[in-house]
Amino acid sequence: MSVDRRTLRPSATFPDHVLAEIHRAADRGVYEIRGFGTKRHLPGFDDLLFLGASMSRYPLEGYRERCDTDVVLGDRFASRPVELAIPITVAGMSFGALGANAKEAIGRACTAMGTSSTTGDGGMTEEERRSSKTLVYQVLPSRYGMNPDDLRRADAIEIVVGQGAKPGGGGMLLGQKITERVAGMRDLPVGIDQRSACRHPDWTGPDDLAIKIRELREITDWEKPVYIKIGASRPQYDVPLAVKAGADVVVLDGMQGGTAATQDVFIEHVGIPTLPAVRRAVEALQELDMHRKVQLVVSGGIRTGADVAKALALGADAVSIGSAAMVALGCNRPVHVEDYHAIGTEPGACHHCHTGRCPVGVTTQDADLEARLDPEQGARRLRNYLTVMVLELQTIARANGKSHVLNLEPEDLVALTVEAAAMAGVPLAGTDWIPGRE
Amino acid sequence: MTSVDLSASSVRELNARLHALPADTNETAWRIAEPRGAHAVAAGLTVPVSVEIDGHVGYYCGGMNQAASVTINGHCGTGVAENMMSGTIRVRGNASQCAGASGHGGLLVIEGDAGPRCGISMKGVDIVVGGSVGHMSAFMAQSGTLAVCGDAGEDLGDSIYEATLYVGGGVGRLGADCVEKEMTTRHREMLSALLERAGVEADLSTFRRFGSARRLYHFHVDNADAYR
Repeated sequence: MSVDRRTLRPSATFPDHVLAEIHRAADRGVYEIRGFGTKRHLPGFDDLLFLGASMSRYPLEGYRERCDTDVVLGDRFASRPVELAIPITVAGMSFGALGANAKEAIGRACTAMGTSSTTGDGGMTEEERRSSKTLVYQVLPSRYGMNPDDLRRADAIEIVVGQGAKPGGGGMLLGQKITERVAGMRDLPVGIDQRSACRHPDWTGPDDLAIKIRELREITDWEKPVYIKIGASRPQYDVPLAVKAGADVVVLDGMQGGTAATQDVFIEHVGIPTLPAVRRAVEALQELDMHRKVQLVVSGGIRTGADVAKALALGADAVSIGSAAMVALGCNRPVHVEDYHAIGTEPGACHHCHTGRCPVGVTTQDADLEARLDPEQGARRLRNYLTVMVLELQTIARANGKSHVLNLEPEDLVALTVEAAAMAGVPLAGTDWIPGRE
Repeated sequence: MTSVDLSASSVRELNARLHALPADTNETAWRIAEPRGAHAVAAGLTVPVSVEIDGHVGYYCGGMNQAASVTINGHCGTGVAENMMSGTIRVRGNASQCAGASGHGGLLVIEGDAGPRCGISMKGVDIVVGGSVGHMSAFMAQSGTLAVCGDAGEDLGDSIYEATLYVGGGVGRLGADCVEKEMTTRHREMLSALLERAGVEADLSTFRRFGSARRLYHFHVDNADAYR
């Protein structure tokens, strides 16, 4: 009997990917753990537009008139703040999640561009310290690889309270990536499924955190800027608490932020998007009269110079990229397609960082796979990508009449949807209406 | 002997002086008076000097210690010797919560009692407690040894990895994946050597050994109950 395909109406409640997940859960009895970031549609920077110059705004001439991009992070208390040539940094990604070649490539590209890279859960590798002129050292709940020598040779310290992909959750690294070197750095048995804590071992709230920050400053003789990284959930409370705890810089990671291994349910259902988080964080800083005094670095779904420009216009001082940097290195590039198939995926849909079988050698500890990423070539790609982002950013800034990218402002923006207008606090295009405001 | 009075000098000034010491310094003996509960006293030391603190200290005393020998003639607040790498830290009184948190090496001796989460996330440090420890001690302890001469509170060694725990007194409910293990002659000898190194006397015959059952090292549906 032939099937009339017109009668096969798929369920909107149970689309294919939901059916597949229920089948998988029924077979295995363990929640899905995966990499990359949220795949659902979220209100984001694509829902905003710049107005550009007109009769009331005077544009700058592209390529001829200056549009500066430098930024200083951490001059509130630190004697040696971080000075960056561009307001685009690379976010913390662990050695373990990433291979050593990827870490080195990131360091080289960041050094060439005059910006910073960041360590991750698991500590600092020699490759990344050697290749990174400006390296931010993360202090995480797990304290894997944490040591005072690395703290002192870092250029800034980032206390990780949360991450956009999993605010309230700890780290994971599955056994296939816990090689001898990774295990040695983390003091763990080789090959175990590693779960790291979601709370720090020696402080429990903002009052304690203030004391913790003083300890870190004492150990480093008040030289290093101290960042506090939070996952976007309640930035209206978390940002003031971070400021009062003594942060020089707040890093705010929206739910579009990536991960190397996290429960899918966490990635897709916890946290708020970057767009509303930025606005609430900036409002909180302004309320304390600390906007631009405590710098705000925004991450989570930044992909283009336009995204950077929009984040800065909403009040961020800089942005950080993670997933996009990996993509520049080769993540999801349509090469070695047979190896994507071998792990059950396709280029463009791969989120299999957790398997350690990265076909392009970025998120793997396997020597053969890692050899596919040449650090020099990877650095060149990332450098090219960052260069394009900066050119795009400057193009937009000049078109809005700004001689420095930090002069972009909310008045340069409109929103395409009511939701984005409400979340970003900018008018719906073609109106003066900002939902939620008189 | 170099003396510093913290009622007349700041912690910043003290630590800056200690951090400026060269490895071959002649100023190897320091005495600190009037700490008055100050935080981060003698944190981040890197050279083998002896620092004796007369009085009670606040949070993170001796934090991230390397090589130095720090003695606290009093009680201490949260996180004493946190992330210590080497050297010795001795607390003559009691220690608050999270003593020796994430310590990578060296020896921490608490002659009195320690609060909750003693040895949390420890990564190679040896900790000897003359009295008792609070709940959740040795939570996620990865390596090193925790020896408790008194009692251990609830959930000892929850989610423990490869650390070794010895308890001379009573033990409350054990944490997830923490089990009692055989106390062999070899373990008794290792404990004896540790206690001797710590200068703590105890009746070895009462000690029991605890460690990881290693059931949670891999995600498996049959282990799901352990996480609830």
